[in-house]
Amino acid sequence: MANSGIFEYAPAPESRSVVDLKASYGLFVDGEFTEGSAGSFKTVNPATEEVLAEVAMGDDADVDRAVAAARRAYDQVWSRLPGRERAKYIFRIARIIQERARELAVLESLDNGKPIRESRDVDIPLAAAHFFYYAGWADKLPYANLGPDPKPLGVAGQVIPWNFPLLMLAWKVAPALACGNTVVLKPAETTPLTALLFAEICQQADLPPGVVNIVTGAGATGAAVVGHPGVDKVAFTGSTEVGRLIAKQVAGTAKKVTLELGGKAANLVFEDAPLEQAVEGIVDGIFFNQGHVCCAGSRLLVQESVAEEVVDRLRERMKTLRVGDPLDKNTDIGAINSAEQLAKIRTLSEAGEAEGATRWSPPCELPERGFFFAPTIFTGVSQAHRIAREEIFGPVLSVLTFRTPAEAVEKANNTAYGLSAGVWTDKGSRILWLAQRMRAGVVWANTFNRFDPTSPFGGYKESGYGREGGRHGLEAYLDV
Amino acid sequence: MTAQLALDEAGLRRLLHGLPPVDQVGADARAAKLGTRSIKTSAKAQALDLAVRMVDLTTLEGADTPGKVRALCAKGIRPEPDQPDCPSVAAICVYGDMVPTAKAALAGTGVKVAAVATAFPSGRAPLAVKLADTVAAVEAGADEIDMVIDRGAFLSGRYALVAEEIAAVKAACRTNGHDAHLKVILETGELATYDNVKRASWLAMLAGADFIKTSTGKVSPAATLPVTLLMLESVRDFRAQTGRQVGVKPAGGIRTAKDAIKYLVTVNETAGPDWLDPDWFRFGASSLLNDLLLQRRKLATGVYSGPDYVTVD
Amino acid sequence: MSKTAAKNAAAAAEAPRSSVRKTYKLYIGGAFPRSESGRSYTVTAPGGEFIANAAQASRKDARDAVRAARSAQAGWAKATAYNRGQVLYRIAEMLEERRDQFAQQIVSVEGGASAAAYAQVDAAVDRWVWYAGWSDKLSQVLGSANSVAGPYWNISSPEPTGVVAVLAPATPTLLGLTSVIAPAIVGGNAVVAVAPDACAVPAVTLGEVMATSDLPGGVVNLLTGSTAELAPWLAAHLDVNALDLAGVEAGSELARELEVAAAENLKRVVRPGRDHDWNADPGLARVKPFLETKTVWHPVGI
Repeated sequence: MANSGIFEYAPAPESRSVVDLKASYGLFVDGEFTEGSAGSFKTVNPATEEVLAEVAMGDDADVDRAVAAARRAYDQVWSRLPGRERAKYIFRIARIIQERARELAVLESLDNGKPIRESRDVDIPLAAAHFFYYAGWADKLPYANLGPDPKPLGVAGQVIPWNFPLLMLAWKVAPALACGNTVVLKPAETTPLTALLFAEICQQADLPPGVVNIVTGAGATGAAVVGHPGVDKVAFTGSTEVGRLIAKQVAGTAKKVTLELGGKAANLVFEDAPLEQAVEGIVDGIFFNQGHVCCAGSRLLVQESVAEEVVDRLRERMKTLRVGDPLDKNTDIGAINSAEQLAKIRTLSEAGEAEGATRWSPPCELPERGFFFAPTIFTGVSQAHRIAREEIFGPVLSVLTFRTPAEAVEKANNTAYGLSAGVWTDKGSRILWLAQRMRAGVVWANTFNRFDPTSPFGGYKESGYGREGGRHGLEAYLDV
Repeated sequence: MTAQLALDEAGLRRLLHGLPPVDQVGADARAAKLGTRSIKTSAKAQALDLAVRMVDLTTLEGADTPGKVRALCAKGIRPEPDQPDCPSVAAICVYGDMVPTAKAALAGTGVKVAAVATAFPSGRAPLAVKLADTVAAVEAGADEIDMVIDRGAFLSGRYALVAEEIAAVKAACRTNGHDAHLKVILETGELATYDNVKRASWLAMLAGADFIKTSTGKVSPAATLPVTLLMLESVRDFRAQTGRQVGVKPAGGIRTAKDAIKYLVTVNETAGPDWLDPDWFRFGASSLLNDLLLQRRKLATGVYSGPDYVTVD
Repeated sequence: MSKTAAKNAAAAAEAPRSSVRKTYKLYIGGAFPRSESGRSYTVTAPGGEFIANAAQASRKDARDAVRAARSAQAGWAKATAYNRGQVLYRIAEMLEERRDQFAQQIVSVEGGASAAAYAQVDAAVDRWVWYAGWSDKLSQVLGSANSVAGPYWNISSPEPTGVVAVLAPATPTLLGLTSVIAPAIVGGNAVVAVAPDACAVPAVTLGEVMATSDLPGGVVNLLTGSTAELAPWLAAHLDVNALDLAGVEAGSELARELEVAAAENLKRVVRPGRDHDWNADPGLARVKPFLETKTVWHPVGI
């Protein structure tokens, strides 16, 4: 007697009660929450489409106030503090993030739609680790091998995306503060809530007013931050399209810029690969965070001799993926972040079908409300298809094949992007050969989508420039 | 596949070394991720009962006596004397000399007798002795034989020797019209690498194992979730290639209901629901049963129970 | 020999000898072609005296140079760092040997004292030597082994960004050119350099030095002519990975426009400095912008 049915797993929802949502949020400027001067916008739970809160829409005047506060804090307090004292504040922030981890995780999943398992096990712990790592650098900057007398740049204007809201904040804020800069940060329009909770954490940490300022808003708010003449350093993570605009906007100024942009990573599977782990890596590579990952392994390149086997195994594995309520601890794939993003994923998937690729998704029931998209693979994809070239930023995988290592490299590098790449093979010398040839800032060999505060991350080519993480990440925030 | 494949040294080596390799870190990460599944309410109640039904309640001590074995059998038949809805365990697992005692105690209950054989746990005895050990247990009424492979031979690459021995024990299980099920213990704690675990799994299946079992319980580490995951992948792939389904038995080190549920989740998501049955998945354990019973009570009554409320073995 | 013939021969022997002049051409893909446009421009001394007709590179020459650079880049990057260092050192050797020639050319196009010209040549030679020594130390100094929180081996190392377009400063001619080319190629990039105006004269001679220094053809390509004409094409070229604006006036509209054009494919841009001192210790300021950091992960297990 088989026992199918037992492991349907009853719902295991994480409690929302740890989060104290306010009806509306202001801007965090000069250590205080203040009213915005230009109205507000709503942030919704993408899994239910319910409005979570009203959030202030920062305008030019708000950005101006925030930059002025950051400048004051820079001149009067932060740049004058010895590194060891800055470090203590940053360590304190790291600890508070750990203490309030569950609250942050639930809030992140509510606002973003990502599964609680990921916000709980990946986003929040990594954010804390990032602050912990860079806190330690604050009083050791002369040892970073970047120059004999590294100095902060001043006010950093930072614009972050919606896919890893708090983690991307940590990637930006932690090194900036460690290096002695102050910050004006604009969180993504659809995911402002954990940044606002972070503002509260700054208050709890007694961080001097103005060192961190959070200005919520949409694209225009971000452009105001980037374009403000009082900003000395611009850091942006997001689409290549917007990154390009920012690079043009800052042209001719003295602003230092780092950009972490899109990707269309190839994940190369050779016939001698540890296939079971490769399949897991493929799943991790494209379905982690609903595929809303700039370094997602969205192009699977399989050696022809094992292509059928790998795709069969992948299909079987995909049948066990659970799509649904982000707050359910057993959910593997949560909600797409916004209606707009869902429409984009649908459009590109339809283009894939129209171009003749074969589409497949495991049978899965999607919730009636909210923005959901079933995990999807396309087989029979060629390099010329849009789904093999454009960043979909969703749970959609394009499968291509290759015959020789040289062909694999050629196809993998045949993109304007260059953020990450994956290689799966059991042969050591081939791993090194491939790693050398991948035109990508991060190469995962026999693993995928691993992140660590000590490990530099960033792209080649149109995936942007500058590195975040590790010793290399300091350089973006120092005059050396 | 099995039929065409001669179990000669070269053929076996080609086959076993041609299996896709295993990346240890990736396998560990996968197992850890499966361990984060959260099983609640009705699903948990069903899972606990299923786990009870899968237990091979085991005593493998030099100090075992007929009295001890009879007590264990009573516990296995009715783990919760005051709760008739509590299922029996799958089998009682004992040394060969205890088979007659167990057989008598379990008569008519459906609970099986499993006997360890083949110079358990080391397996260091001449083949004739191992076969005699097996035949004695089978003749005494053992329904299942838990044999150990020759790890020394395996680690030195003498795969045919290991396979022949398994095949010979399998034949011994069928002595005089008996048909004892053969569980082959790989003793994964001595195999050192996941690649070896995978190869040994395939080797045992090719040689005729009805079940592959992780450990004797006498070597540390005994069963682990990643090793069980690998074995579940192996039985799944073996069935896909040969059509023959083989069971899996992690043994040793599984002490809590929480652990047992992680294993069941792993069975469900790796080999699939076909294996979620005592015919195809077992836990070799002794103390696990009481924790399953405590959790069962907690679910039924809503209060935490204590060791005084379940029976000692 | 007839009497007349002997007389003519004697007259010829007595006449002053006319020198054989060098034709100043471009240096693309290891060859010295004329501009495809057939254009040239007059290089004159500060006093206005004619020095040479230099080839005036066109946008199509720039395109060809980028193509040559792209096809040479992978091989140059694959060469061992030791080998690249030796080639750069060889350039220094060849330059040293032509010390007098470069000094004379510098005096002729820049004016000034001979001693200053010699000092510039010496500084240029020393700069090649300085960068030559960096080739096999960059990954040690700029790379790192990262202690990630998990069972993974993780290292970061610098890699060339690809094809770098450099706009050399007008002066100092030789030192300026050296100071923008050497740091770009030492890490394995290929370069398309615009040598503006009078810079053409020492630039072409530097090309000859490179052509005889075991530098693979196409690793350095020299375009002589007008920065204002060529730079927009290079800045907008999608197969160029980085841009050094050294030869453009800081704060100028041209500098801004080039940076905007470069943004189209997210080129790495080195902005022009104000009153840059080409004699100062260059550090790695022109090396690092043209290197990418690649981080490789691998599980550690048995």
